[in-house]
Amino acid sequence: MVTETKEPPLQHTCPHGKKPGRRWNNIIFQAVAITALVATVSVLILLLVDISIDGIPRLNWTFLSHYPSRKPEMAGILSALVGSGCLVFLTGLIAFPIGVGAAIYLEEYAGNNWFSKIIEVNIANLAGVPSIIYGLLGLEVFVRIMHMDRSLLAGACTLALLVLPMIIIASREAMRTVPVSIREASFAVGATRWETIRYHVLPLAFPGILTGTILALSRAIGEAAPLIPIGALTYVAFLPDSPLAPFTALPIQIFNWISRPQKGFADNAAAGSIVLLVVLLLMNAGAIWLRNRYQKKLH
Amino acid sequence: MITDRHQKEIPHSVVHSIKQRRGGSHIKEIAIHAALFACGILSIFTTLGILGILVYETVQFFQEISFLQFFGDTRWTPLFVSKHFGIWPLLCGTLLVTAIAMAVALPIGLLCAVYLSEYARPNVRKVVKPLLEILAGIPTVVYGYFALLFVTPLLQNIIPGMAGFNALSPGIVMGIMILPIVSSLSEDAMYAVPQSLREGAYALGSTKLQVSFLTVVPAAFSGITASFILGVSRAIGETMIVAIAAGLQPRLTANPIEPIETMTAYIVQVSLGDTPHGTIEYKTIFAVGMVLFVSTFILNIISQWMRGKFREVYT
Repeated sequence: MVTETKEPPLQHTCPHGKKPGRRWNNIIFQAVAITALVATVSVLILLLVDISIDGIPRLNWTFLSHYPSRKPEMAGILSALVGSGCLVFLTGLIAFPIGVGAAIYLEEYAGNNWFSKIIEVNIANLAGVPSIIYGLLGLEVFVRIMHMDRSLLAGACTLALLVLPMIIIASREAMRTVPVSIREASFAVGATRWETIRYHVLPLAFPGILTGTILALSRAIGEAAPLIPIGALTYVAFLPDSPLAPFTALPIQIFNWISRPQKGFADNAAAGSIVLLVVLLLMNAGAIWLRNRYQKKLH
Repeated sequence: MITDRHQKEIPHSVVHSIKQRRGGSHIKEIAIHAALFACGILSIFTTLGILGILVYETVQFFQEISFLQFFGDTRWTPLFVSKHFGIWPLLCGTLLVTAIAMAVALPIGLLCAVYLSEYARPNVRKVVKPLLEILAGIPTVVYGYFALLFVTPLLQNIIPGMAGFNALSPGIVMGIMILPIVSSLSEDAMYAVPQSLREGAYALGSTKLQVSFLTVVPAAFSGITASFILGVSRAIGETMIVAIAAGLQPRLTANPIEPIETMTAYIVQVSLGDTPHGTIEYKTIFAVGMVLFVSTFILNIISQWMRGKFREVYT
């Protein structure tokens, strides 16, 4: 469109002296593109620096070990941190077996028919549904119809539905990398389909599945939108003692602090953001570490 | 794809002979098959569940509020005493923020994609791509913080009269968040363009820039469009950035420096308050959710279809 008018169409360039503009256009484009890239990456750096400047002074043991409070300097993220931890643990517990099961079904069992095509298209679509819609689903189905109320379990079920498509897609990709010859060899010595999957396909695909799951869960831990309709509370001065306890989560706590006018709470939000980013960084690093470690072992 | 079909066809006959040999494990195999099938079909139930609850509550909503009020009124004030249920302010707010986000994400994302796919050396690619991916992985509340407390004050210095809550600042920040989606999908599409096309263009005397924009970009056009549409769909569904920084004030305006409210932010606003089940306020979030779901669903389908078309041509 715009780009096509940038240069005249190539018709009669003389064989010797190339038009000087041709080389310059190339250099100009590269300069523009590199500027765009550098600008983008510097926004990332700017964001991290801004949050660090606001948040690091608030980061101390008091902040990590206190419950929320009306006074910003007394407030902490203990209940939010524990809530997020429980939430991610439960989400993984629910989503991992179902996601891997669905992936096994689609890769190893389902034929190439219209039904598996529908499931496939459907999963791709679910991956694109806005997360707040999952919140509405959770509110109606888990909180109201199943009477889980505004509990950890309702939150975890909602997040599990949210991350399922990601886990399924990653697990399928991991299983697809296992060569067909391995399955054939297993069948040839008399293994059943499940035995082949259990003892040959899954062990080989496992690092990939695990990496995909951790990445999906790291998305879940940063999500606030689906938890808001569920009714994650913003003021929780206790730790959850059962899956049916009310809860808060780190992104919800951060959101709540940002919404307050006092500067002290904004700094708390920045400090909470740093903690959240560190948790995400650790999860991602863990996923990469696991992948590298197991890949070396297997190949 | 080809290997995929192989693995599905060969085992069937083998498994049959095994089934005849061993009776006990036969039942176990069937049970496992059934359990895995149940996992697979859960995704269908999720979709049906989403559709079901949205349709159910939306139908209830429209029993009290007419279509004409919903699509004909230009005010959205369900939370006030004098209630109006015109969806346009929310739709307009959503579109405004989306347009700003795409104005940032599309040109920069495309530039990055062309550069990374056609110009950058492999080691530069290896460093820059993960850096861009980090942008897509930052939690949206953190972006909200950045938009409200860094970008807005910065812009207020440049643009006098800019409100503390506005569409511009969350729009720009959302654009940066979406940029990696646009750039990485576009880059994948360009990377998949066969080398022979580039070589053909070089053989005719094209420069690298001409090859990039006159050969590779048109060849990857449907893939690039797919990434763009997916970006729009993400922008429409993005919640926390706008809930934090855009102002929660439904307003029919195209002025980016005024406070506005998006559909997603409205759902957050109502969910935060104490809205009992069965009230009209409660039903509004499902009606708004329905509009949100349908619009993102259509965009996702178009995006998938365009990507499929691209794959058909080159693989």
